[in-house]
Order: sequence, then structure tokens, then C-alpha cells
Amino acid sequence: MVVESVVDDEADRIFHALADATRRDIVVRVVQQEQSVSTLAAGYAMSFAAVQKHVAVLERAALVVKERRGREQIVHGNLETVRRATRLLQRYEELWRYRVQNISSILSEDREEDREEDRETENE
Amino acid sequence: MTVVSSHKDPEALTLTFVAEFDASVERVWQVWEDPRQLERWWGPPTWPATFDRHDFVQGGRSNYYMTGPDGEKARGWWVITSIQPPHRLEFDDGFADENGEPARDMGATHGVVTLEASEVGTRMTAVTTFESVEQLEKMSAMGMEEGMREALSQIDALLAEVRA
Repeated sequence: MVVESVVDDEADRIFHALADATRRDIVVRVVQQEQSVSTLAAGYAMSFAAVQKHVAVLERAALVVKERRGREQIVHGNLETVRRATRLLQRYEELWRYRVQNISSILSEDREEDREEDRETENE
Repeated sequence: MTVVSSHKDPEALTLTFVAEFDASVERVWQVWEDPRQLERWWGPPTWPATFDRHDFVQGGRSNYYMTGPDGEKARGWWVITSIQPPHRLEFDDGFADENGEPARDMGATHGVVTLEASEVGTRMTAVTTFESVEQLEKMSAMGMEEGMREALSQIDALLAEVRA
């Protein structure tokens, strides 16, 4: 198959990272406002270690950036990566736009045929 | 045709596309049910689809391929997971190997299509949920780069066919 291979590891990590509801929630929170891992952990019914693991998955996907400030680990969102996921969906949206236009063309042929039938009836 | 709305949710990986058609619900259902009509609109620009098999029933399987500008073929499959003619269709859609068997490692997308009567005629809502980025990336690779210029020229050709 000559189909160009565009599968890349980075995109794969992004979509894997976003496949989990807790991780999506973390992204939404830290995009709005940076937060420490301990503040985040307080908001979920799971251990600090579990939240830290979720943050690590998001960090590997470059969706968030973590930095140490004193004793705190601060997490903030990486908008560039979130935008990349949006751009991929954008392209799929263009496909649906194209499909809908084609469906309309098919449906408009019916009306064309109806008009021809009408004309034939009129001529009879 | 009117595109009523389109909503992207990059976190949940879903695309919701709503369009209205000046035709009855039963007529719009046919463009999904009849493989000869379906293949006229399913493939992306420059990648027309051909459906070899289209079992449009609960649990039914479809096999199709899309032919690229250089004659290369990309194969795909559907499994109808739920169907309530002429109002609702749910199906999985994925890439297939040379023999038409699902390429499991490629993942699949799940589509939910609803058709309802509206003032214009029919309102179609198509929700696509992505499981895998490969599916999305590969679909994007096929013809999408050419963008709307290509798409519009194909539509012009279709319209010329209608006028002829």
C-alpha cells in the first residue's frame, strides 16, 4: 500500500493520554490555571501517587508541563498540543462537509428527475 | 444543503456534524442503505469508495476499498452494531488488510447517525468517536491535504453530470 504513513508516536501519546476521563479533567483544570500536584490530588478520590502517575502520562504526551518550585511540583497546560488534537479533528470535519455536499448532489438528482417526469407528463 | 452545526471535542475525541437536506427521511436513509449511492459520497476527495459487501442489518458487515489518485487501494470495513430504519444507525468503521479482514491494530471509529424530520426535510446528525489516532491520521492523509479546492471541483463534476 502506498498510503503515506503519517502515524507518529507523538500523536499516539496525545490520544492515549486523553483517552482517560481523569486525565482529561486534569488537562482542563491546568489549562485554566496552573496547579500543584498536591492541589490536584486533593480534588480526586485517589492517592497522590495515582494522580502523579496521570500527570506523568500527560507530561510524556507534552499536554502538560511540570516544574518544581520549592517543595511544590507545579503543573500547567501545554496549549500547543491541545491545539494539535483540535487540528486533526478539523481535517475530519472537512471530510464530513465534503460528504454532506456529495449527498446533497445525489438528492438533487431526484428533483431533476422529478422535473423531467413533470415535463414528460406535461407533453403527453 | 445546510450545515447546521459542527462540534469538535478534542478531549473526548468526538466530532458531531449536523446537516439538513431537502428530502424525506426515507430518501436520506437510502444514501446509507444503497451501496451504489453510499460509494458516491463516502470516500474523501480523490479517494472514491467501492463497497463489495454491504449487509445493512443488525450485526451486518460491509467491506469497501478506496482508490487513491495513483490507483493504490485502502481497504475498510463496517460492522452495523445497531440499526433502526430509517432513523438510526450505529456502526464501527476501521481499516482492513489485503483480504478485507479488520486490521485490529489500526483501531476503529464508532459512528452514530440519526435522521429526523425537520422543517427543511431531514436533519442528519452524525457523531464520530475516535479510538485511535492512526485511524484519524490515516484518514487525514488520504486526500485531505488537497483541501476544499479538490472537493469543490469534484462537486462541480457531479453537478455537470446532473445537468447533462
